[in-house]
Parts: sequence; structure tokens; C-alpha cells
Amino acid sequence: MAFVTANWNPLGEAFYRKIELYEMGWNLKDGLRECLVAAAPYGGPIALLKGHNRRSPSARPQLEIYSSSGVPLASFTWKSGVVKQLGWTVSDDLLCVQEDGTVLVYDLFGGFKRHFSMGNEVSQSQVLETKIFHSPYGTGVAIFTGALRFTLATNIDDIKLRRLPEVPGLQGAPTCWAVLTQDRQSKVLVANGSHLFVLDNTACTHVTPPGLSPQATSIVHMCVSFSYKYLALLTDSGHVWMGTSNLKEKLSEVDTKIKSSPKQMAWCRRPKSQQPSAVVMWDGLLVVVGECNETIQYHLDDDSILVPELDGVRIISGTHHELLQEVPGACEEIFKIASMAPGALLLEAHKEYEKESQKADEYLREIKEQSLLSEAVRQCVEAAGHEYEPETQKTLLRAASFGKCFLSNFPPEQFVIMCRDLRVLNAVRDFTVGIPLTHTQFKQMTVQVLIDRLVYRKLYPLAIEICRYLKTPEYQGVSRVLKHWACYKVQQKEESDEIIAKTVSVKLADAAGISYSEIATKAYESGRTELAIKLLEFEPRSGEQVPLLLKMKKSPLALSKAIESGDTDLVYTVVMYLKNELNRGDFFMMLRNQPVALSLYKQFCKHQEQDTLKDLFNQDDDHEELGNFYVKSSYKEQRLEARIALLQSAVDEYYKAKNEFSAKTTEDEMRLLRFQRKLEEEKGETLVGFSLHETMTTLLSVGLHKHAEQLYKDFRVPDKRFWWLKLKALAVKEDWEELEKFAKSKKSPIGYLPFVEVCIKHHNKPEAKKYVSKVTPEQKVKAHLAVGDMEGAAEAAIERRNESEISTVLSRCSTTTDQLLMERLNRAKATVAKK
Amino acid sequence: MASHLYCGRVNLNILREAARKDLREFLDKCSGSKAIVWDEYLTGPFGLIAQYSLLKEHEVEKMFTLKGGRIPSAAVKNIVFFVRPRLELMDIIAENVASEDKLQPREFHILFVPRRSLLCEQRLKEKGVLNSFTNIDEYILDLIPYDGDLLSMESESSFRECYLENDQTSLYHAAKGLMTLQALYGTIPQIFGKGECARHVANMMLRMKREFAGSHTQILPVFDTLLLLDRNVDLLTPLATQLTYEGLIDEIFSITNGYVKLPPEKFAQKKQGEGGKDLPTEAKKLQLNSAEELYAEIRDKNFNAVGAALSKKAKIISAAFEERHNAKTVGEIKQFVSQLPHMQAARSSLANHTSIAELIKDITTSEEFFDSLTVEQEFMTGVDTDKVSTYIEDCIAQKDPLIKILRLVCMQSVCNNGLKQKVLDYYKKEILQTYGYKHILTLKNLEKVGLLKPQSTMRNNYPTIRKTLKLWMEDANEQNPNDISYVYSGYAPLSVRLTQVLARPGWRSIEEVLKMLPGPHFEERQQVPTGLHKKRQPGENRTTLVFFLGGVTYAEIAALRFLSHMEDSGTEYIIATTKLINGTSWIKSLMDNPEENLP
Repeated sequence: MAFVTANWNPLGEAFYRKIELYEMGWNLKDGLRECLVAAAPYGGPIALLKGHNRRSPSARPQLEIYSSSGVPLASFTWKSGVVKQLGWTVSDDLLCVQEDGTVLVYDLFGGFKRHFSMGNEVSQSQVLETKIFHSPYGTGVAIFTGALRFTLATNIDDIKLRRLPEVPGLQGAPTCWAVLTQDRQSKVLVANGSHLFVLDNTACTHVTPPGLSPQATSIVHMCVSFSYKYLALLTDSGHVWMGTSNLKEKLSEVDTKIKSSPKQMAWCRRPKSQQPSAVVMWDGLLVVVGECNETIQYHLDDDSILVPELDGVRIISGTHHELLQEVPGACEEIFKIASMAPGALLLEAHKEYEKESQKADEYLREIKEQSLLSEAVRQCVEAAGHEYEPETQKTLLRAASFGKCFLSNFPPEQFVIMCRDLRVLNAVRDFTVGIPLTHTQFKQMTVQVLIDRLVYRKLYPLAIEICRYLKTPEYQGVSRVLKHWACYKVQQKEESDEIIAKTVSVKLADAAGISYSEIATKAYESGRTELAIKLLEFEPRSGEQVPLLLKMKKSPLALSKAIESGDTDLVYTVVMYLKNELNRGDFFMMLRNQPVALSLYKQFCKHQEQDTLKDLFNQDDDHEELGNFYVKSSYKEQRLEARIALLQSAVDEYYKAKNEFSAKTTEDEMRLLRFQRKLEEEKGETLVGFSLHETMTTLLSVGLHKHAEQLYKDFRVPDKRFWWLKLKALAVKEDWEELEKFAKSKKSPIGYLPFVEVCIKHHNKPEAKKYVSKVTPEQKVKAHLAVGDMEGAAEAAIERRNESEISTVLSRCSTTTDQLLMERLNRAKATVAKK
Repeated sequence: MASHLYCGRVNLNILREAARKDLREFLDKCSGSKAIVWDEYLTGPFGLIAQYSLLKEHEVEKMFTLKGGRIPSAAVKNIVFFVRPRLELMDIIAENVASEDKLQPREFHILFVPRRSLLCEQRLKEKGVLNSFTNIDEYILDLIPYDGDLLSMESESSFRECYLENDQTSLYHAAKGLMTLQALYGTIPQIFGKGECARHVANMMLRMKREFAGSHTQILPVFDTLLLLDRNVDLLTPLATQLTYEGLIDEIFSITNGYVKLPPEKFAQKKQGEGGKDLPTEAKKLQLNSAEELYAEIRDKNFNAVGAALSKKAKIISAAFEERHNAKTVGEIKQFVSQLPHMQAARSSLANHTSIAELIKDITTSEEFFDSLTVEQEFMTGVDTDKVSTYIEDCIAQKDPLIKILRLVCMQSVCNNGLKQKVLDYYKKEILQTYGYKHILTLKNLEKVGLLKPQSTMRNNYPTIRKTLKLWMEDANEQNPNDISYVYSGYAPLSVRLTQVLARPGWRSIEEVLKMLPGPHFEERQQVPTGLHKKRQPGENRTTLVFFLGGVTYAEIAALRFLSHMEDSGTEYIIATTKLINGTSWIKSLMDNPEENLP
């Protein structure tokens, strides 16, 4: 414990510490000399390309990938073009930018994933320099070409190349440049000698850092902070200028007194830190600069690289991996020599308590008197988070726990969460895993991302343990990891389909929300169709199965799965796919076995492909539907002959279907059409297309009684209907004479009341009266009333001694004019009622 | 604005709000000013979700109807198509996009309702316009809240598609809609059903439930039971003329998407001096739902009881207005004035419904209406259903509207479990001769769905069904009903009887009858997460969702509401349907006219 401050160095108000993370597990002969190195932030992997400048085919460069602790993950001989830059994406993929502007993407284990080009212009003028950067939109690539222009892609997963405007006066490579993200836009900051420019999509703006030391004639190096908020510039006079990246404010300027060009420079600033600070690295020397004039200098034994992090800088050399950062506030408070901060006192109290000394009480009292105990606990918990050694963490947490005992109502969450976080962090920091995350970084990247990173490293058991330990919802936690595991598993060629399918299903059995189709897709992509089909069987969402089955050309299965899902659109999709894939015969055969698909396809054809519809009916020998089809088609024909021909086809089909009624009625229709046309030609009346009823009405209304009669007989129209028809037609025509003749022609099958009513409807009362006498006794009253003959109605009602009829008449009598009649009716009613 | 959705037992406004939220989110995705191009069919259903004001708030400046050619010019940044996923509509959209002015390009978006379709996107791709769209999205609008206890998919052709064309798309949407409903109102523990479609929907629901495993909704179930009923289990009810107030409004004037258009004459504002010179010519459009107090009170009454209810209401309202004479103090006057707007609304509502009732009465008192009703009732009670009906014959002879004839003939067939071949052929021939041969396809359709059929060797089982389920009640009380049969003045709708029996004493008591009706009957249980089991308070009612696949009539809804309100019924009903139908609209949806769609 006494040694906690051993590696602290003061700089102005603050302290800086350098912690050793790992002794590197790799065995590099020449260290990092002459290597192209890329280390991903957040304790990510390291890629090395040895001898990348070699061009002879006999001595190809070697690409190696290691974890942060130097555990080898992959190694292979580089056979592609000359690599200018290596870099990592946010999802732990390695980007190798070649001289010709091609970018190759590899996974963590050296597996080739894809490549893309940075455009023709880049490949023609060649890449001079390149930088890989991260923004809220993903990972980006910026290239400076031989044409002295910058080309930029903000997100390599959705490449939109942007060529930035020209930099005025640029004759060769700029002295230094950097990419930064500002106002939701990626910009390039370029220094050409003492001139500084900002390049965005549209313009190149000359800028001047406020208060830059006048001795400088050139800006030789620059770096942007992790958050893009701050900028540091190193001038040829050895001054480090630090300010905001929008160049509005200067924070400090320090003279390093070293005028040679540095190898690397990086920000070393933690969130909420007390001062801005940057780290500059020369051969064998590392200098930390801050606000004050002093600097901290570290000697370096070996070639090293700096990896900027959110809260510090990692230093990787051929043998060691260290973290340089400002000592966090809580740690400083507690461990600073002679600190009287509450946390420090609590730690001391706990130490004494463990020694069973009464001094523990004295310390505690001192904290409690200032009522700072909860503050002390908080400090200890926080400091534990920032400490790297589990022993120190434990000591601090024990002290916190001890302090908590004397507090009531102290919320436990902070303590509990910190314990959990540290357990996870210690697990991933382990040499074998090699992810040296700080607590601050962990909180920033979230558990989700950490799980992803573990999955990329195929550390599935650890990932699952962490999910379970942190109680991550299954959907985002365990299930997701298992899915990735399964996707990896199905690519293992050495195991048989059966065994893999079984292992996968057993492992994933009770995990919620697993997408088996995704796993199956992976299996298919690695050439294992049979396995993919087996896996798809486990997919509960049949809709999800269909696209892959189609891709694998398992169309019958795809079709039945689509039907199973109930989603008709999906069925249609498969059907349309099959229609294009198969020959017509096979296609129809397949539909035949799937009635649901068949009827949907018929619906489609009905609207889109009439002819296919006919073929389908033909195939099924569905004569009834074929008949209907011809009937429908007949209406589309303008020419009568064609129409009748189609109807004849319909008749044939109806007979085949043994539907005699349809056949006969269709024949009738043909007969009617012919008749209509004949009459049209002879008499010039428009008739074609009318119903039999309408035809007869028309004929009667133009006086062609004979022809109407003929139809009546030929088509065996029921008497009743014909009488109604003729009665109405004549009334419309107001041919009363003919009507009378008709009424007398024989006994009316509909009685004579309709005659009365129809006449009245056409406002001919005298004519109506003619028929009243012919009406049957039951309808007499109604008939009299219809013509407005109250007396007649009364007479009839009384004669029939029908009470309700008498009442009906009574209700129609007017009290003023029919006084007498009413009396008579009332009397009659009374008599009827008596009986 | 949607107060009618709060009043029921289940707050259906949650569903409406969810739908509105989705709509707003989509509109905001197309940032900037926009014009909507509507698939005309959708405007009605959308009106139930959002008014124009909501669209306007989200920068919708113009609205057009989808049609061929070029979209009218409008100075907007975005053109948004609101369409059903239909191929013929895609062709129109493609034409629209292709003829867009290349110099002033606007951004295009498609919103598919209720679901996006690969088939349609494929069609757009074939037409070479798929890439012209910035956003292609779907607006899941399956069950639309229609009233406080009523959800409708507003899918007109659902019955036709399911039973005639064997296209079960609307059932898929129904199942999806039920899943949405369960996401908002909790898992429904019990599912009952009768009929092929019901079985299919239940199967899909159970399957979807498995698919969503892992994303359980932690919501206390609001519904206890779901009852799925196929329309073809009860083909009779929609054929009968509805005799409730709302049912008659629908039969006579037809209610569309919650609105009715009425002849304007009766609603003319009577102003002094004008003497009715300028009668309005435009139809009077009224919204009908339970937000209107008076309407909620009378909509489900038998029409014969409406007159009394209206005059009682009239007395109450005029008494309320008389109150002003009693108001002496300033305080009293102030109170009177504060109630005035409410009273005036009540008065105008009363005036409207009095006018509507008069319009209906003109029809219900006609001899024609009476005769036809008499025949309907004869059929329903099984009188002479096996012979040619002289009444129908006369109606054909006089060429009454075809749909009226079809309704009656179908009813006779249903009530007789099919007609004798001779009788059937006679009717068919009469219809074809009178109304034209072209209707042969319609007749075939009616036969296909079972509305018309030749008698099989099987015994006519309708009388057994009628007796067991008490479908005919001699002494139906129209004024103070004690049984659901009041909605048809004697006939108790079969569908609702099934629902009633299910609640008590249960379907086991009518196994025999269930077997006579088409399709399987079934019961399923859905696991409810532990801790979400409802603890019912003593006296608390169960809530049952009755889903009519293929449509429901207003009279059936009235009957279910009657059951909900009945003392000691123990169950309250929420109704869902593919569409609100009546005999006329139903038969119309099954007709085929080959002369239509001709070039």
C-alpha cells in the first residue's frame, strides 16, 4: 500500500502515473522497429506489419495480430500490394490501406472479409498518407493523394467518398495533418509550414491558433484529443500549443526545449481533469506537458508507440505495455502523502481496525465530526474503480464497506455496482483475455459493446458468464452471445452436420429470441446447405425461413413454410420467384400440391394474367371454372359472333362439368342474343345485351306485341311474370286500349287488382275503375279504396262482414264529408263484432 | 376528440393513440413540406384515427387522390403515397413517378397500409421506379377503434376473399391485429372459436406468440376471453332486416366509416321569411357514435321504441330550458348559462334524430316493407320454406331491386338448409331472365359461399338449431326487452346466441347443434406469466372480445350490448370485426358483374 504513490510524478497541480499493464507475451526479435503498427483504442488488438516497404516477392512482409497483452491471434504473409496504413474499425476489424487506394478488411483472426476502393482518383494518383479515424457515424478513412488532395469516407460501412477542396500553396506533403469531427461533419486540419487550414466539404479556410508563439516558423506535429474537442500543436521552436479544436481558445503553451521532430504526440487528458496535457515522444524520450513550465520526462529503452485513450495514453514497446494518465481525483485525495481527505482517513481507520487498534475509532470520529463519512465512502468506492491492482481495489472497497456500517440510509447501489464492474474488469484485463480497460473507458463503451468485443474474440464462455453475472436481459445478453457462438460453430468444417445441428439446438434450446435463420445463413454461406436446412427447422418464425430457403433453391420447402406463416404476401413472393425459376409445367405441378398457393396465384392471374388463369383451370380439368371464364371473356368481346362463340365454349365446358342448368341458361342467352340481333337489324331497336325481361318490355313499348309473345313462349316465361310485364309496359306507354284488350284476352293469372293499381299509378282513375269490378272479393275493398271510391269500399267491406276491412275503410274516411258512411260502417262493425 | 373511445369498459383510446404515434413518426421521417396522395379507399379508415389537423401539424400541405398520369403540381418537398399493397395501385404510382417533372424533383415516399409487400415492391422494381423512393414503410392499421366497444378492420372484401376466393390475407391481418391488441392489453388467456377461419386465425395467433417468445408483455390481461366466430357459421342473421334504430339507419342510408349521409330536405334550417325556398341540395353528413349522448341511448333500441324515447327526451330538454324562468338569483342564472351549450347540443341532437326517425318511419310503415318483413319472419320460423314463395315471385315479376330478391332467396335457402333443386333452378332462371344473364356469375358465387344451395339428402336441421338455440321468440318485447330477440322483433341472432351460451352455461350443453354448424369448434389456452393472473373482485364482470370474421351487423352489436348491460349477465363484450355489414352491402360484395372493368 505504501507504494501506491511510487509511480506518481507531479506536474503543476496534478500528478501523473505510469502503470504497467502487461509484460508483452509476444516475442519480437527487433521490437517494434521498422514495423507498421496499429493498436485499437479501448484496449483493443494490435496489428503489426513487418517490413512493409519490401517489394520483392521473395521477402514478403508478415502481418501479425496480437491482443493487448501480446498473445498472438493471427499471423500470415502479406501477399497483396504495398500497405500504407493499418487501422482498426469500431467493430474490431482490421483495415489495411494500400498504396493504390484499395482498403482490405480482415477480422480479428486474420480472416479476409472484403475490400473496397477509395475511388479512381486515389488509385491513379496513389496514396501518400492516410489516417483512420472514428466518428459517431462509424469508422472513417482519410487519404492524402499524390495529387495533393484529400479524399475522405466518413463511414466505411456506407461509403460516400468526398474529395475535399484544394489547399492553397501546397507543393508537397503537408508538414502534418489530422482529422476531426465537428458540427456533425468530418474535417481535415492541415499545416503547411506555419499556415494552418481547415478543410470541410465545401471550403478551405485559413485559420490562426490564438496566441501561438511567434518564434515558430512551422507546425511540425499536431494531435486531436479523443473527444475531438482539443487540439495540440508542436512547432519547430519546440513549443507545444494547446487549445480548443475550434481554435477559439488557447489553454496553454509550453516550451519543451527540444527542437527535433518527434515521433508521435498524443493528448493525455482525462474527462474532468484539472489541466490540459499532451505527451510527446522522441527517440528514447517521452515528455508530458501541461500548463506549467515544468515537464515530466520518461526515458524509453525501446521503440514504442502511443495509443491515445479517453482517459490517458497507452505506451506499447517491444516488451511492455503501460498506461500513462493523470491520477484521478479520488485516488489523489486518498493516497496523496499526508492527505487529510475523508477517504484517506477512512482508509486509515480501517487499517487500524484490522490491526484491532482503538485508533480506528479516533479516525472514524474525526470523519464523523465533520459529517463527511458518506463522502469518505464515496471516495473509497470511486478510487477503487480507478485502481488497477486487485489488492488495492479490495483494500479500498473493504474500507468503504467498513465506513458504510456507520451510516444509515446510505444507498448501496454505488458500492454494489462498483464491485460487479471491477469483477468484470479484472476478468477482461487478465493476460489471457488482454483487454486493459479502465473503469472510465468501460462505462463509456457500455457492457453491450464489451460483450461484442468478447464475441469478436470468440471468448463465448466469458461473455456468457458476464451477461449472467450482470443480469443482462437475455435478449441482448446470453441469446446474442449464443447466436454468435452458433454462427461460428457452423463454420467448423471438421464436425458433421448432425453433430453441429444437435450441439447448436441443445445449447440454444431455452434461450429466448434466437434467430436460427441468421445462423443457418452463416452455415449456407460456408457451403453447408444441409446443415442450414436442419438449423432452419428450429426457427419458430416461418417467415424468416423463406428468404434463405429460396436462396438455397429449396423452393418446395420455402413454399410450404411461407404458407405455414399465414403471410400471403410471403406466399406470393415465393410463387413469383418459382414462376421465374421453373418451367411452366413444373411450376403448375408445384402449385397443384399447394392449394393455398394455387388459389392465391389464381387471384393474381385474375387481375394480371387472364390467359394463365385459363391454363390453370385446364390443368385441373375444372370445367365449371372454365365455363365461367368463357362467360366473363364473352363480355369483353365487341363483336356478337365472337361473343356467341365464347358462350358456346362455355356451354361445352358446363356440359363437361355436368352443370346442365348453366349450360341450358347459357344456350338460352345465345338464343336471345341472336334473336335480339335479328330484330335490331329488322326493326332498328337497340336490344342486344338486354335481359329477356327488358327485351320483352322494349318490344311491347314499341308495339311489337307478336315478337314479345314469341319470346314469352319460346323461353317459357311464367304467365304471372309476363302479365305483370305486359301490364306495366302498356301502362308506361299509356296504351289503355291495348291494356283493356289484354285484360280481356283471358283470365288474368295475377288477378285484376294490379290493373287497378298500375292505372292509378299512372294517374288514370277512369281506366282503373274499369277493372274494379273484376277484382276478386278478397281484394274488392283494396281496389275500391285505390280508386278513391269510399262508398264502394264500404259496401264491399260490409258485405264481406270483415271487421278489419271495415276498420281499414273507417280509418280512410274523412270526418267532414263521409259522416253518413262512417255511421253505417260503425253499425256494421258492431254487428260483426257481436257474432 | 375521441371521447367515444373512453366510455367503454376497455379504454380503446390506447390503441388509437398508439396508431396516431406511429403515423406522426412516419410523417416526421419525411422531413419538410409534403403532399399526401391517397388510395381513396383508405381515407375513411384513416378518418377514424386522425383528422386533417394532425396531418397539417406535420407539414402536410396538400392531399390528392391517387390516379394515373401526373400528380398535380404543388410546391412541396415530399410526395407521400398512402396505399394498400395492391399491384394495380403500384402501376398507377409508377406512372405518377415516371411522369414527374425532372426539373423540379420531389422526394417520394410510400406508406403501405396495413403492411408492406414484397410483391408490390417487386412490381415497382420491374417498373424501374423502386429506387425513386426515399422511404418505403408500412403503417400497421389492422384493428381500428370504431367506438367505445367496437373495433373494425374496415376491410370490405374480407368475407368474399375468405370464403369465395380462398385468399386468407385478411385473416393474417386479423391475427396480427390481435397480437397488437395483446401487446397493449395483455395476453388473452382463453380463446374459443367456431369455424374454419376462426381456427386459422387462432393457429396463426398461437404461432406468432411462439415467434415472439422472449418478449413477453408484462401487462395485466384486460380481456378474459376471445371468441372467434366465422360469419359462415351464421349466414342467416345478416340477411334479415335489422330492426334497431342504428340497424335501420344502416339498412336504409348505409353507414360508412362511422358517418351517414342523409337526404337534406328534412334538415333544412327553418328560418323565418325564407319559407323553405332554398332547400339544401348536398346530403347531410352526420357522425354517429356514442360520444353523442342521445344516440348512445337510442341506437340499440328496437325502432318501435325509439319514438317514445325521443318524446321523453324532448320533454326533459324543454323542461330544462324552462328552468330559466325559475332562475332568479345571479348565481342561478349563471349556472343555467353554464349548462346552456350542453343543452343546446342536446337539442340539436334531438332535432337530428327526430328527423332521421321520421325518414325511417316513412319506410317502415310502407306496405312493401311490411310484406317483405312478414316473408322474412315466415322463413325464419320455418313456414313454407320448401316451396317457391309467391311473394318472391311477385317481386321478381315487378322487377324489385335485385339485391332484395337475392337476400330473400338466400334467406329461404339458409332457413331450409338448401332448396329443392327444382325450386332453386326456378328462382335462378327467373332472376336471369328478369335481371339478365350476366348475373349467372353472382349466383354461382352465392352457391360457392353456401348462401344458396341445393338440398342435400341430409335432413333440414335448421328447425333443430332454431329450437335448441331459441332463435325465434314469439313474445319479443320491443319496448322493454328481456331477450336479444328484440333486435329483429322475434329473431334472436344465432351468432349472439352462441356467444350467450358460451358465457353460460357453456358450449358443452349444445354440442349437437355446434356439430350441425359448419367448421370446427375449439378452445385454446394461452399461458399468462405468473403474477399477471387476474384476481377478480366479487361481482366484477368478465370481459370477452368477440371477433366476427367476415363482418357483423349493427343489430348483432346491439344484441351483444344488451347482454353486457343485462343484470347478472356477468360478462361484458367488446366487439371486433373485419367490417360492419348489412345484408345489402354483404350481398353486393359477393356480386360479380362481367360488364364492369371493361376497357
